Amino acid sequence: MGPKQVETVPGLVSRELDLESRGWLESLRGSSVERSLALERLHELLRRAAYAEAARRRHLYPEVDGVELDDICQQAAADAVVAVTAKLDGYRGASRFTTWAYGFAVLEVSVKLRRHAWRGGSIPTADDDATWDRLAGGSGAAQARVESGELLAALRRAVAEELSPRQREVFVAVALNDVEIDVVAGQLESTRGAVYKVLHDARRKLRLRLEREGHLEEAVAR
Amino acid sequence: MNERDPLTRLLGVAGEDSGCEGGMVLLAEYVEAELAGRDTIVLFPAVAAHLRNCPACVEDYRGLLALARAQDE
Repeated sequence: MGPKQVETVPGLVSRELDLESRGWLESLRGSSVERSLALERLHELLRRAAYAEAARRRHLYPEVDGVELDDICQQAAADAVVAVTAKLDGYRGASRFTTWAYGFAVLEVSVKLRRHAWRGGSIPTADDDATWDRLAGGSGAAQARVESGELLAALRRAVAEELSPRQREVFVAVALNDVEIDVVAGQLESTRGAVYKVLHDARRKLRLRLEREGHLEEAVAR
Repeated sequence: MNERDPLTRLLGVAGEDSGCEGGMVLLAEYVEAELAGRDTIVLFPAVAAHLRNCPACVEDYRGLLALARAQDE
């Protein structure tokens, strides 16, 4: 079973639009002049959101700053405006319009920052000894469960025997080597959602195999 | 929000998962429900599960929560 697409919440979806959200919708669907002014306001709103989000993530990507960061924020805001207008009919009125629109700015900043920070980096494609040794070499109470040699060996066998080449590629990069999913998606000319689906299916196969072999009873709650 | 248990990081948690697109569709509602003090795990179980499984989406959730909170201040 793949990821579920949409979840509806009665009571939230049918609530009445607040005045501000209604104003945004009307102006974005209004006359040419009205729409043009609304797009300017929307751009300014999402530009500020993009800068705020980039600042919040500063600690994750300290090497990205100055003109580079400016470019990322400006581009993210522009792309978010395009996404909002393209998906306007998908706005269900279950949240404030501005909160919904901010989501696009956050996503654009998120993807652009990750890919920019990873430029030139290589994506590990092999579940080689070094990868598994590193996994076994962690510390802490939770780590103790993974480093139990038996479980680790079983997981490694399952990765080799249960996964398709694409599932193995994604699992090794994202789960084993902590490569950002947006970076892998860029490399594969895919989307975050599509790559996540591959990862989701790979994890499900691995969990089933490990459960069948009796390795997961204590380690992972069902 | 996201599990850092290494086994969970590797294998994720079982159960219904909204996926990235499904989560994105509902994320604005999710953060507003959270800011209103509603139980998001009950209201949006598949999104909550996804946020435990996907580090990229949980970071987006944190960003959207911060922006939604700031617009009310």
